[in-house]
Amino acid sequence: MCTTCGCGDPDLVPVELHEKILAGNDRAARHNREHFAQAGVLALNLMGSPGAGKTALLEATARALRGKWRLAAVSADLATDNDARRLEAAGIPAKAITTGQACHLDAELVHHSLHGIAWRETDVFFIENVGNLVCPAIYDLGQAANVIVLSVTEGEDKPLKYPVMFKAADLVVLAKCDLVPHLDVDLAKIEDALARVMPRPRMMKLSARTGEGVDQWIAWLEEKQAPFAKWRRAGAALAAGHTHAGGGGNDRSR
Amino acid sequence: MHEYSLVQSLVSRVEQIAREKGAVSVHRLVVSVGELAGVDPQLFQTAYDTFRGGTLCENAALETRRVEASWRCPGCGRPIARGAVLSCEVCRRPAELAAGSDAILLETVEMEVP
Repeated sequence: MCTTCGCGDPDLVPVELHEKILAGNDRAARHNREHFAQAGVLALNLMGSPGAGKTALLEATARALRGKWRLAAVSADLATDNDARRLEAAGIPAKAITTGQACHLDAELVHHSLHGIAWRETDVFFIENVGNLVCPAIYDLGQAANVIVLSVTEGEDKPLKYPVMFKAADLVVLAKCDLVPHLDVDLAKIEDALARVMPRPRMMKLSARTGEGVDQWIAWLEEKQAPFAKWRRAGAALAAGHTHAGGGGNDRSR
Repeated sequence: MHEYSLVQSLVSRVEQIAREKGAVSVHRLVVSVGELAGVDPQLFQTAYDTFRGGTLCENAALETRRVEASWRCPGCGRPIARGAVLSCEVCRRPAELAAGSDAILLETVEMEVP
């Protein structure tokens, strides 16, 4: 209450904050990221339009890495566990996150889903986000990198129309490239559009159906996974008391 | 419509601050919305108006300030023209986003403290 002049007006106190509204999500994401780093697991956030080919990319990844790496995934959709079942059929242990009305995953949802899946025993953990080029872009989940699947049927100017999403990408996988001969799509235009929304544009062409470009994708995964494998070995050595007994514990040197 | 979940985070944070300060009511909020924050200020306002009822923000006006996105070279500081390739044409370095361009920030809360 104003006591200066006795007018009785309430005292209004301005509090200057300048803080992120998503600070709570960012904290949860940091927590997830620490979990993944400690376990030596490469976590990837896979985003893209509905029908872009996110699940098909993971199926092709499972075929290419069978017997080599252990993979797991959580797959988000508003309804059904169809994608998780497809991934399971492909040999990737998977859990569905049905978001109901939510158009995106957030770090809390991902954290919660980790309790139901053996993610620690994996080399790469995929977080297949809700098919959507808008909302998922602004939520950090604790991933090591964002991968956007963009299919050749979606239109060359998609990156220009959804700059927030593509700005966040570490890699764009141009999917369904086997369809290019049947379409009027100009791949150079897609590359040009990406260069206008991504400061470090990186795109690779791929067809999950024919296997074209899968080797390049696996090479990218290997490059990203290498530091995590190193941390895992270091952690295992520490846990084993530096005995270097070989063959035991979690040391899976390749 | 992630604007609703953002508004939910905003209102609960403001209520937390108000309680900490012992405020009896909140009069005004100022939020800045970067052009590349992925948030539509109009939708954000609508979500806020829907959500604020029954909270400490019930009578608090929301002011959103739009921050235009701008890219520049991290080396020479040269601005990158809107819509141009995001690389400095002189230094060839990848462009950097200016602060606030992609952020959604709670700037100020004005509250009544007895």
